[in-house]
Amino acid sequence: MNEKRLITGDPADVLTDEAQIDAMIARESICNNENLIYERPETLTDAIFHYCPGCGHGVTHRLIAEVINELDIQSETIGIAPVGCAVFAYHYFNIDMTEAAHGRATAVATGIKRLLPDKYVFSYQGDGDLAAIGTGETIHTCNRGENILIVFVNNGIYGMTGGQMAPTTLIGMKSTTSPYGRDAATMGYPLRITEMIATLPATYYVTRQAVNTPANVRKAKKAFQKAFEYQKQKKGTCFIEIVSNCPSNWKMTPLQSNKWLEENMLTFYKLGDIKAPGKESAE
Amino acid sequence: MSEMKLMKGNEAMAEAAIRCGCDAYFGYPITPQSEVLEYLALYGEKRTGMVVLQAESEVAVINMVYGGACTGKRVMTSSSSPGVSLMQEGISYIATAELPCLLVNVNRGGPGLGTIQPAQGDYFQAVKGGGHGDYKLIVLAPSTVQEMVDHVKLGFELAFKWKNPIMILSDGSLGQMMEKVELYDEIPRKTEVESWALTGKPKTRERNVITSLFIDPKEMEEVNIRLQKKYREIEKEEIRYASYNCEDADYVLVAFGLVARICKKAAQLAAEKGIKIGVFRPITLYPFPYQALSDLSEKVKGMLVIEMNAGQMVEDVRLAVNGKVKVEFHGRMGGMVPSPEEILENIEEKLLGGKA
Ligand code: SF4
Repeated sequence: MNEKRLITGDPADVLTDEAQIDAMIARESICNNENLIYERPETLTDAIFHYCPGCGHGVTHRLIAEVINELDIQSETIGIAPVGCAVFAYHYFNIDMTEAAHGRATAVATGIKRLLPDKYVFSYQGDGDLAAIGTGETIHTCNRGENILIVFVNNGIYGMTGGQMAPTTLIGMKSTTSPYGRDAATMGYPLRITEMIATLPATYYVTRQAVNTPANVRKAKKAFQKAFEYQKQKKGTCFIEIVSNCPSNWKMTPLQSNKWLEENMLTFYKLGDIKAPGKESAE
Repeated sequence: MSEMKLMKGNEAMAEAAIRCGCDAYFGYPITPQSEVLEYLALYGEKRTGMVVLQAESEVAVINMVYGGACTGKRVMTSSSSPGVSLMQEGISYIATAELPCLLVNVNRGGPGLGTIQPAQGDYFQAVKGGGHGDYKLIVLAPSTVQEMVDHVKLGFELAFKWKNPIMILSDGSLGQMMEKVELYDEIPRKTEVESWALTGKPKTRERNVITSLFIDPKEMEEVNIRLQKKYREIEKEEIRYASYNCEDADYVLVAFGLVARICKKAAQLAAEKGIKIGVFRPITLYPFPYQALSDLSEKVKGMLVIEMNAGQMVEDVRLAVNGKVKVEFHGRMGGMVPSPEEILENIEEKLLGGKA
């Protein structure tokens, strides 16, 4: 069936009548420049994301790029990609970037920031990179209060290597290296490193966000805006965790994964600011 | 104005870093080189505003060096054997990403946690690539405190000339001994911006990306070919060595670093006995002076390689000589230093076939 459908976001708005659709397109004139409300920011290249369909990395990239663009700091921002699914982040961000050894992105960020203290520097890391192999660098970078932004995408699994257990894998959660589910007796507990980070006096803004719903995406964007603003004011380390999904290795459809995230990840990794100006800290 | 001073090797090297306009030093305490970090912590930032940072580990250090080098500034670190082992992954990344930086290994006795006494057991690690993959460091081997100072300057120059990490392979005794040094004038901190550096992308240029990841094997091979081409050029242009009394020598001692000085003393003892001994000292361990040694082997009856290890550089000497004369070896290990008398005994035993 060759039926034209126009979906505006509201399920009630699904139009199937051709004349009605054509009229609407004419009315909206979405092709006209003056009506453009959504486009690729200059801070993203036109490379196509290699991320799996429905994966939170794409949205997270986009948010960071939008904020850099809106703050007009493309010429002052340097990013550091990790080892993990985001290893190619530098293909997508149209800014100066480097790629760090596994776990060492915040040490690399420290080197850059100390030499260029007036530039904006951020690292972008997954849970294996930041909370397993790079734990030492993460903690000490935050403890020195390096004036950078650390973006921590936590989906409870090693994505790039094919679904192995991560430090943040939930109890009972299956992975290729915890095939019977994570058992605390032999595998330890999921690590809430963000709460640990918040106890360090030199961190300034520590928050946990998600990008699984439009409302959460908007909140996450605000967090990125704040973090870059605080960096400008030289306030100390800002740390943003994004609780994310991994449809491929969770072996779910994108929609199922978002539902699972809501019901399992977010009940353990609670969203919201853990340490923020004006908020009593976790200490 | 240059200045004469009596200084400990490690402190002289730190002073040299300040005078070279070093922009950042990242370090971690380890004997016998902690004085470098201490000296810079005391004077570095005060005098030139340079960054001096004590990291949480050598792993963090080398990645800070990577980050710092990404900005195109003069960045360095120093450590000693076990610490340098920890840095090897990062060094491989730095070499592949072709970032300039200066690394110093104040070699101590090993393997393992070993001892804090001087040794040369890290020759292979420094020269053959201690990390993964096909990469090369330019390796400078000072034999005096003066040379430690001079090699800091030379090291920074070579690092930027070749966009390559440079290693000064010193040892615990050079680091700890006091000698008279002539210090050069202070060079101002770097202000020019390297075109490849990460500084923030202005509208006027494409973004700069620094990576050692080339997932497409064709591209990865091309990177390798480019690196190898650079190494061949380095081998043509940067070989340095020194020789003493090799011209009319019957036999030659080959040694690097501090040991070469002990060999000179041994050669003097030999001369008193009427034995004509020259001393050949590679200053660059990579690129290694293969041709000079090959040429020398045509004029002498034999060579004796003296090292503070179980026999590492001797392999390169044998490659150079290629069987043209006999190449013998004498080594001390674990932090023991050979004496001139001991070397003379080995000359007599291994080269002359008995006491002269
Ligand atoms: S493997 Fe998982 S985390 Fe990685 S891109 Fe795919 S969905 Fe995203």
